[in-house]
Amino acid sequence: MKRSTVLGMLAAVALVAAACGTGASPKPSLDMPSSIGEAEDELNLIIWAGYAERGEVDPAYDWVTPFETETGCKVNTTDMGSSAEGVQLMESGQYDGGSFSGNATDRLMASGTVAPVNVSLLSNYANVFEGLKNKAHNSKDGVAYGVPHGRGPNLLAYNTEVVTEAPTSWDPIWEGGSEYAGKISIYGYSDFIADAAIHLMETTPDLKITNPYQLNQAQFDAAVALLEAQRDNGAVYWASYSDQVSGFAAGDLVIGTTWQFQVNLLQAEGEPVEAVLPDEGSTGWSDTWMIHKDAAHPNCMYLWMNHMMSAEANGQATVWFGEAPTSPQACTYAETLSPGHCDLTHATDEAYYSKIWYWATPRADCADTDAATTCKDQAAWTEAWTSLTGS
Amino acid sequence: MTWLHPRRGLQLRLLLAGPIGWLGVVYLGALLILLLNAFWTKDSFTGRVEPFSWTLDAFDSLITVEVYRTIAIRTVVMAILVTATDALIAFPIAYYMARIASARTRGLLVIAVLMPLWAAYLAKVYAWRTIIQGKGPLEWVLAPFGIAGPGLDEIANTWLVLSYLWLPYMILPIYASLERIPGSLLEASSDLGARAGSTFRRVILPLAFPGVVAGSIFTFSLTLGDYITPDLVSDTKFIGNVIYDNSSLGSLPLAAAYSLLPVAIMIVYLLVARRLGAFESL
Amino acid sequence: MVESRAVRIALRIATALAVSFLYMPLVILAIYAFNPSRLLVWPPTGFTLGWFGEAAANPAVIRAVINSLLAGALATSIALVLGTLAAYAVQRYRFFGRESISFLLVLPIALPGVVTGIALRTTFTTFGVDFGLMTIVIGHATFCVVIVYNNVIARLRRLPRSPEEASADLGADAATTFRRITLPGMRTALLSGGLLAFALSFDEVIVTIFTAGPGTQTIPMWIYQAIGRPTELPVVNVVALVLVLLSVIPVWLAQRIAGGEAASLSR
Repeated sequence: MKRSTVLGMLAAVALVAAACGTGASPKPSLDMPSSIGEAEDELNLIIWAGYAERGEVDPAYDWVTPFETETGCKVNTTDMGSSAEGVQLMESGQYDGGSFSGNATDRLMASGTVAPVNVSLLSNYANVFEGLKNKAHNSKDGVAYGVPHGRGPNLLAYNTEVVTEAPTSWDPIWEGGSEYAGKISIYGYSDFIADAAIHLMETTPDLKITNPYQLNQAQFDAAVALLEAQRDNGAVYWASYSDQVSGFAAGDLVIGTTWQFQVNLLQAEGEPVEAVLPDEGSTGWSDTWMIHKDAAHPNCMYLWMNHMMSAEANGQATVWFGEAPTSPQACTYAETLSPGHCDLTHATDEAYYSKIWYWATPRADCADTDAATTCKDQAAWTEAWTSLTGS
Repeated sequence: MTWLHPRRGLQLRLLLAGPIGWLGVVYLGALLILLLNAFWTKDSFTGRVEPFSWTLDAFDSLITVEVYRTIAIRTVVMAILVTATDALIAFPIAYYMARIASARTRGLLVIAVLMPLWAAYLAKVYAWRTIIQGKGPLEWVLAPFGIAGPGLDEIANTWLVLSYLWLPYMILPIYASLERIPGSLLEASSDLGARAGSTFRRVILPLAFPGVVAGSIFTFSLTLGDYITPDLVSDTKFIGNVIYDNSSLGSLPLAAAYSLLPVAIMIVYLLVARRLGAFESL
Repeated sequence: MVESRAVRIALRIATALAVSFLYMPLVILAIYAFNPSRLLVWPPTGFTLGWFGEAAANPAVIRAVINSLLAGALATSIALVLGTLAAYAVQRYRFFGRESISFLLVLPIALPGVVTGIALRTTFTTFGVDFGLMTIVIGHATFCVVIVYNNVIARLRRLPRSPEEASADLGADAATTFRRITLPGMRTALLSGGLLAFALSFDEVIVTIFTAGPGTQTIPMWIYQAIGRPTELPVVNVVALVLVLLSVIPVWLAQRIAGGEAASLSR
């Protein structure tokens, strides 16, 4: 084999690669299915941990097995640790769909990775609270791009034996946190920069932060400085929910940001852990089941979306994770599993959710139409996070 | 090739078509595509890579943002430390196997070293994780001395576990190179009046050196790229973690650009190692 | 003998320490596998065989083992063919670029797995290849070739050329000579090379993570994921221990086949 031949072959590979590249401009096709066909045999989902339970941890919570029995779609799931990871997995084209938060759904819709959903095919969609339909995070130009799963805030968890008085603000993890040095548990992804920004909105009004996800240079620098102080105070970052659960169980962590899910797991093990939504408000999420535009198993995905809006599945799933159900019927069912669940999660309380900043993607154009303002984009956030945790 | 018999030329082409096609085209082609991605722009909102939109942004970040340099230096230092640690532990056992142990003991020792080498990587890392973590055996052993356990966030854990994982890769090539030294050479050395110390320094060490280099290819390269061990036993970031994080968190050009660093280091390392005769000892 | 008595005793102690170091974590792993407590707490609270039953009945574990066996078998088959062809060409022919072949073959194993993994993943994505068992096999075969190659070329070096030449003189063509003379001579090298390639594939995790599709989890991937789930740890203990014990098989067989002739890494 002559060397030039080998080089020639390599060049050919590169050219073909380029030609088949992923560079096609996003053109979301609006042709939606007009009916749900025969179910395929499989369904591949990207999920937040706890969004597809088979009763392995608690037999009372199993909404996957009934779906499989009923439809014949075998469900495979992959957990995402963060929204960015979920987007990467979805972009790979291997999955039929997933449950995405706002900082993934906006990117997936913009890049044309996900398809619009013909909600008229989904019998349970009519029951869903109107407050969850046709929002910026789950629709485009008035067309639904998915169906809601549930929503909730990121909470402040604390060990009741160490933190004896219930906190009402985020202070204990920021400036006031020195007494918990080395035992502060922090969400280990760049999305957490927004939590610092929310704290700054309260403490440093001069920065004029109006949206914790769209930060100009000065605001961003202040948030990063706050995070650096927190890191130097011994913040422990959790990348998977189980890191946090085992840390709290071992007593290595006593306070920090969490999802209701971990609190439920810890309380089930009898650990003295509680969680609150501090007065400043918080970041949070309103999650959406979306379908890939080239889903290999579109019928199973449609069936799954409908299933996840049913009273039983949505009731179980939202109680299991500790988030708000999406319909009155799901609320009623959830109450049978956990009395008071809908009040606790403020399922219909839009005023409550107005205090929650749903996860959104940081954008260079600040996600507004004012060309004069520029903000730090997602890459800048990721990079700042690498610098924060890597040095 | 022209001087080959035409028939043999054809045979050779047929023989090589498969291996070259696979490694030369599939593997090198994949590396090339990764390389190209390092020079491509990605959409700042969606994170999608746009092919043939050339930019040096990724390299610009790697040079200007300090953390990437810090992590690169940390990783290389760790690779050197692990290699040195393994060489120090491996040499005595390899020497014992090659020159002192009876044939029977030697055979047993070879198997004793091979077995942990082939034992599942994750099982070994996991075993260390259970040893180091809070309420584990290490804490239990240290407690009577009033020493607290290290917990799972010390960078020294990574050094310990990586040294453990790659140790057999160092022992075997050193053993092989020591075993090849003919006894007559050592006799000649001592006949010529060299004392044991100087025979060791001037005959044995130089001849064992290619074995050490061969072993170091593994210890160095495996350390350079591992991200699972640092992730499971400490919370310190290494080159592999940054590559993995950026590829999974939507910054493929940066991951690709950063990948070039360990690739470049290893290619230089391999070329030097080949010159030092290490490939014969692999 | 050059070594003094004191040196020999010191070396014996160093050897004993090194071997204990190599086996200590595996022993701890074995002890935990029989620990009845769901939590990893030292010292163990008792003795049970219960987790073995639970592991054997875990459907995810069973699926992962099947995937690993399939991927290993397919990757090994490809590596056997490619490795043998390359070794035969390099050992029996003279050609331009011959020296570069071994370099090319060793590259996938010498470069960090995370780089190989991302490169393959990016390429598959670019060409729209569906991720699944076949993509895992492609990834594994790439770094298994060198194992077979090293075994076969070592054997070819020692195989006398005369029978091949005699065969050619008697009028056999190259293919017949290869099939009737060379191949039988390489049989044990192929067997041990194949075994080690299989073991390598069975154990690989990083490249697998990048090349696997949904629903094609292998056993190392299962362990990696399960380590993150507190409730699964007792089953992880058992699976990890069984994998360590199983790895004895290829080592032992390969040693038997090779008759202890070579102790180097890949043969």
